[in-house]
Amino acid sequence: MTPSMMALDVERIRKDFPILHQEVHGRPLVYLDSAATSQKPQVVLDALAEYYARNNANVHRGVHRLSERATDAYEGARARIQRFLNAAHPREIIFVRGTTEGINLVAQTYGRRAVGPGDEVVITALEHHSNIVPWQMLCEEKGAGLRVVPIDDTGEVDVDAYECLLGERTRLVAVAHVSNALGTIVPVKRMIEAARRRGIPVLIDGAQAVPHLRVDVRALDCDFYTFSGHKTYGPTGIGVLYGKTELLEAMPPFQGGGDMIKSVSFEKTVYNDLPYKFEAGTPDIAGAIGLGVALEYLEGLGLDRVAAHEHALLVHGTERLSSLPGLRLVGTAREKASVLSFLVDGVHAHDVGSILDREGIAVRTGHHCAMPVMTRFGIAATARASLGLYNRVEDIDALVEGLAKVREIFG
Amino acid sequence: MTSELRDLYQQVILDHNRKPRNCRPLPSPSRAAEGYNPLCGDRLTVEIALEGDVIRDIGFQGSGCAISRASASMMTADLKGKTVNEAEAAFERFRAMLTGGVGAEAELGKLGVFAGVREFPSRIKCATLAWHTAHAALAGKAEPVTTE
Repeated sequence: MTPSMMALDVERIRKDFPILHQEVHGRPLVYLDSAATSQKPQVVLDALAEYYARNNANVHRGVHRLSERATDAYEGARARIQRFLNAAHPREIIFVRGTTEGINLVAQTYGRRAVGPGDEVVITALEHHSNIVPWQMLCEEKGAGLRVVPIDDTGEVDVDAYECLLGERTRLVAVAHVSNALGTIVPVKRMIEAARRRGIPVLIDGAQAVPHLRVDVRALDCDFYTFSGHKTYGPTGIGVLYGKTELLEAMPPFQGGGDMIKSVSFEKTVYNDLPYKFEAGTPDIAGAIGLGVALEYLEGLGLDRVAAHEHALLVHGTERLSSLPGLRLVGTAREKASVLSFLVDGVHAHDVGSILDREGIAVRTGHHCAMPVMTRFGIAATARASLGLYNRVEDIDALVEGLAKVREIFG
Repeated sequence: MTSELRDLYQQVILDHNRKPRNCRPLPSPSRAAEGYNPLCGDRLTVEIALEGDVIRDIGFQGSGCAISRASASMMTADLKGKTVNEAEAAFERFRAMLTGGVGAEAELGKLGVFAGVREFPSRIKCATLAWHTAHAALAGKAEPVTTE
């Protein structure tokens, strides 16, 4: 059997994540909140410590040895991310703070040029606030309209309605690859093809996809793809915006400052080449290096094996939770990743969360920064268990036992 | 079950959650305010009918967790018949119990059951939302209050 065919050795993987080996409220930690942020393997923690202990210097500036090391490591991370996403060139990989900044960058540069009065931006009803608000701000500024593709009762995007919404005035489509609140895997390839036929560029919010699915930006043929390091086993404060060269070249800079210029005088500033045109100021060097190591770790395990492992857990979790009386899953799309969002009859999500916490179980409760999704389902909040590559069947079983405690208290 | 959970979800709290008192609109409120907890998205409206300086009637509406519903329910039961000054003093004592020292619950009577919330820092705002909202209604604030 080839390594790629073998199942993940989860117990061995768990040894790579020191944070998992602790007690919370006297119970072993069961971490089911990776959609909020994933935990970090030791190799990532070591990379951060190594950078600060041995190589810390500013990048693209010094002639000294440390600056060379820091620059090599930083640019090496960019090249690794390029390969990870199968982008055509490292210059198409721009470091940002996270998905939110990636989307805002596109809205404030590409968007401000391309969108005018009466134009339209198309999103879907399952977007995270970070893929709604930047477009609302842009549309308000430009007198443009935001069009929202509906979702059905299972949380699937109505792709036929989407195709009808694409029109003469559509200037951009922005859509999540995987829903953070529902777990729906959105058929972005089909949606990109439909936009491509009409010459409309597409941005994909990949925050919840990159940790769980193999992403190939050239196979998708998307124009922009953005994700966060901290949900992909990397550090907080670092993320990636991928963009096609021709689009990035034509876009104005996002922020002005050091590193994004070739020359500055009081009369005229010449902007730097890609990707530096979009990286004003000293970047999160350690974060970028840590993210590169995190993706290397993920590739080492094998993305297909990770996806298969998580899918099996998701199926197990769906079965177990569905069998509990008074429990309702929210988000039952045919294609899902990582997320089990649910309601317990007669018990508010926060009470569920507090009781589970005392059992050592970490879940997210609330609207998940997707208030329109909650409105769509006529609810205020859900409890959400979300999976990472280090989760195992026992974690799901602990969740089910914890939910029995909820029943015990609330009757 | 941990003792902290038993202290948080005492029978009287679960009872008020299931059958909240004064969970209704008032026919002619003289004061009203909306409260909002941005952390969880819970919304709550408190209406008050004043007769001179006395809270003749008080009701609340909205959805929320067991702690916020029970707190709103028990607050309305506690404040009915109190003067505005007495209500403000009760608000201060309640807040002190949850954010400050042990012992304040002695003066709070039935409301002392919420002392257990102290052990759950992320839930303190659930317990105080109704009180902040009532405080804003008495102060005649037009803007919705938030727990932030």
